[in-house]
Amino acid sequence: MKLDELRRTERAVVTGLDAQGAERRRLMDLGVMPGVEIVAEGTSPLGDPTAYLVRGSVIALRRCQARGIDVDDGAHR
Amino acid sequence: MSSDTVLGTAERLRATLPKDFGDGVVSSIYQDADRITRHSVSTHGEQGRPALDQVLDRALTHRVWGFVVMGALFFGVFWFTITGAAVPSDLLYDLLVANGHAWVRDGFTAVGAPWWVTGLVVDGMYLGTAWVIAVMLPPMAIFFPLFTLLEDFGYLPRVAFNLDRLYARAGAHGKQALTMMMGFGCNAAGVTATRIIDSPRERLIAIITNNFSICNGRWPTLILMSTVFVGALAPPGVAGLVAAGTVVTVAVLGIVTTLVVSWFLSRTVLRGETSVYSLELPPYRPPQVMRTIYTSLIDRTLKVLVRAVVMAAPAGAVIWLLSNVTVGDSSLAAHAVSALDASGWLLGLNGIVLLAYVVAIPANEIIIPTILMLTLTLGPVVAPGASAGVMLDVPDATAGAVLIGAGGWTLLTAVNLMLFSMLHNPCSTTMLTIWRETRSVKWTATATFLPLGLACLVTASTAAVWRAFS
Amino acid sequence: MTVDLPIPSAVSPLAETPAASCGSCTLHNAANLKRLGLHVDGCDAVVALAGNPNTGKSTVFNALTGLRQHVGNWPGTTVSRAEGGFSLGGSAYKVVDLPGTYSLLSNSRDEDVARDFLLFGDPDVTVVVVDATRLERNLNLVLQVLQVTGRVVVALNLMDEARRHGIEVDVRHLSRELGVPVVPMAARRGEGVPELLGRIADMTSGETRVRPRRQQALAPVVARAVDELAGQLSAEFPGLANARWVALRLLEGDAGTERAVRDGSLGDLARQQTARIAS
Ligand SMILES: Nc1nc2c(ncn2[C@@H]2O[C@H](COP(=O)(O)OP(=O)(O)O)[C@@H](O)[C@H]2O)c(=O)[nH]1
Ligand SMILES: [Mg+2]
Repeated sequence: MKLDELRRTERAVVTGLDAQGAERRRLMDLGVMPGVEIVAEGTSPLGDPTAYLVRGSVIALRRCQARGIDVDDGAHR
Repeated sequence: MSSDTVLGTAERLRATLPKDFGDGVVSSIYQDADRITRHSVSTHGEQGRPALDQVLDRALTHRVWGFVVMGALFFGVFWFTITGAAVPSDLLYDLLVANGHAWVRDGFTAVGAPWWVTGLVVDGMYLGTAWVIAVMLPPMAIFFPLFTLLEDFGYLPRVAFNLDRLYARAGAHGKQALTMMMGFGCNAAGVTATRIIDSPRERLIAIITNNFSICNGRWPTLILMSTVFVGALAPPGVAGLVAAGTVVTVAVLGIVTTLVVSWFLSRTVLRGETSVYSLELPPYRPPQVMRTIYTSLIDRTLKVLVRAVVMAAPAGAVIWLLSNVTVGDSSLAAHAVSALDASGWLLGLNGIVLLAYVVAIPANEIIIPTILMLTLTLGPVVAPGASAGVMLDVPDATAGAVLIGAGGWTLLTAVNLMLFSMLHNPCSTTMLTIWRETRSVKWTATATFLPLGLACLVTASTAAVWRAFS
Repeated sequence: MTVDLPIPSAVSPLAETPAASCGSCTLHNAANLKRLGLHVDGCDAVVALAGNPNTGKSTVFNALTGLRQHVGNWPGTTVSRAEGGFSLGGSAYKVVDLPGTYSLLSNSRDEDVARDFLLFGDPDVTVVVVDATRLERNLNLVLQVLQVTGRVVVALNLMDEARRHGIEVDVRHLSRELGVPVVPMAARRGEGVPELLGRIADMTSGETRVRPRRQQALAPVVARAVDELAGQLSAEFPGLANARWVALRLLEGDAGTERAVRDGSLGDLARQQTARIAS
């Protein structure tokens, strides 16, 4: 599934990134890379972006970014 | 050339590597960091984010409460500023303007200073400075510490988070919300802060629109206008609330303008991709109240005040000269004002306000004192016989009395002055900063004249509509 | 429509970076500290403050220099480098507060100032200010800095928050793993500042022996390419201390590094580093 499908307080493990180039590198610098655990913390009042907890920091990602991140929430295992 | 061989080798070798080899480097470093952390850190108690942070974020970014709290916080800051500043402002006025001016003047006369020295120094420089201090010091001494407390607490990134979608729709960078908030302190600082925006296109949008964040030089204008003209319309009990509401409304209008202009720019001259970014929301930190109050008084309030005083003294001298150098049958100032009066009327303002804006280009801070001094010396209902450039003997010559009594101001003048103040061109320091950051005459000119044009357009329309209905 | 903005103060290595004189080992007593504010002419050593955004770099800077660089609880409060100074035990130090960076490996321009200063400014000591409550992400940057320079002191800041959240850090173990000194701090309250000063002084006087942890786990093809290019770099720019890192950046096609090769700043850096070793 994609990261933007994750609902508040749900947690999942990142399995892949679609982004390329500078954006991909930026996400990886923040620690968003395969194998890392990520928790959805809450969405902006206007519906976008959403805040995610990753490696102890809260980072806001817009939906278009979250859609490019594959995650596994354990439900399919 | 040695550099060419090195770069040539790099290019040749790059071709032999898998395209995403950098990913491997980045993730192997992270894995190492992860391993070291696991071996050196032990956690007691519950893991994850502190519960208080979660609760706060839940409230401050809530679908409904997020905006309610945001409005309430900003409203509270201004209400507190306006009600808190009223008494000290009056005291300072009594001390520095009403009495101090007479004392200093007497002192100069006693030592036998020539009339023009007394005029230039006392009626020009001293008076300009005294007005600046009386009008600006109290609100700034309350506003900046409060704002800094919010900043220290970690609230500003939440505002950016709440508003992000609007910026995305406007084709602007999400971090523009942060630079906009820096602009609420000082536009020059806001323009410098746009360096956090990577894409040149979006950075330019942020630079051009930063002017619509009301800066500390303009808050006093809004606060004074709201208090004297809008708050006064309400019953005394709620006057402060109404005045605070007015200031917040104008500030929100500024944000709306920022979004509209950003939208316009990103669809016309600055078209392009919206770049994605990721905003980090820092943990909430209990602010160090005393330290914050102290440093914000020193670093923000005092800095702004010193700048205002430095600008006000020469401006006061210029005003005095303008009012006392006569050409033909009246002073230079009178000539200028009557030349500007027609356009002033068109904008729902008057010639004095426009002249004041010309004199006050170096700093927005001195707009109100400049207007006051010009009104006192040239106001339309000035009693004949009053000597030019000298404080009139208005019994209750507080700012409001001067403007209404001597200046013939109406609610329209006040509303349009607020709109003009919110929209008009950036101050000279900001222009210089824009030039330094863009190194482009074209963009500096755009950032200067676009707001000015918008200010004229909006105030002229308001005036026309107002007059049609009243 | 193309828009081109100048990069704010990109590569500008400091003109004077005299090597520290060894041997004169002073008793490092914080009481000796004289905050010099902005007066930093003719300093003996340059100290760079680097770190993730919002970890307290400016707070540490203010504690060291007595200045009041703006401190705010959001990432992006510092956008250009600020300079100040202090003197301790007879030596004058220049401190450079850098904007926050998540990584030295990215290409984003808002991180140019910090990245270029660390790589080409050749500071005598680099203090990496890290957030003790988010060690993992902060160590990512520390490990990258260690690839560039070994003269690093890690300021483990926000220890008060870590304690409050029940996070305990084994400082000695951490220091052993990284191969450089680690100083636990709560800069906002001034905790740990004397210790940090001592470490900085020891590092400049050459008293501290460091074994910076270097990253070796490159894929074989990458390692081979890095080795070849680094060899050529060392031949072209004798004395270049971090040839492998420069090689890696060139292989990635980093524009800033390519520029440094072309405009000679890499050559200048190599000469400076040679001079440091010689003295
Ligand atoms: N509790 C606590 N907060 C700190 C400490 N050092 C810095 N801060 C806070 O962390 C935030 C970021 O500090 P700043 O110096 O601006 O960080 P920079 O972005 O790295 O320069 C501010 O709100 C500081 O007050 C500390 O030792 N303890
Ligand atoms: Mg800082």
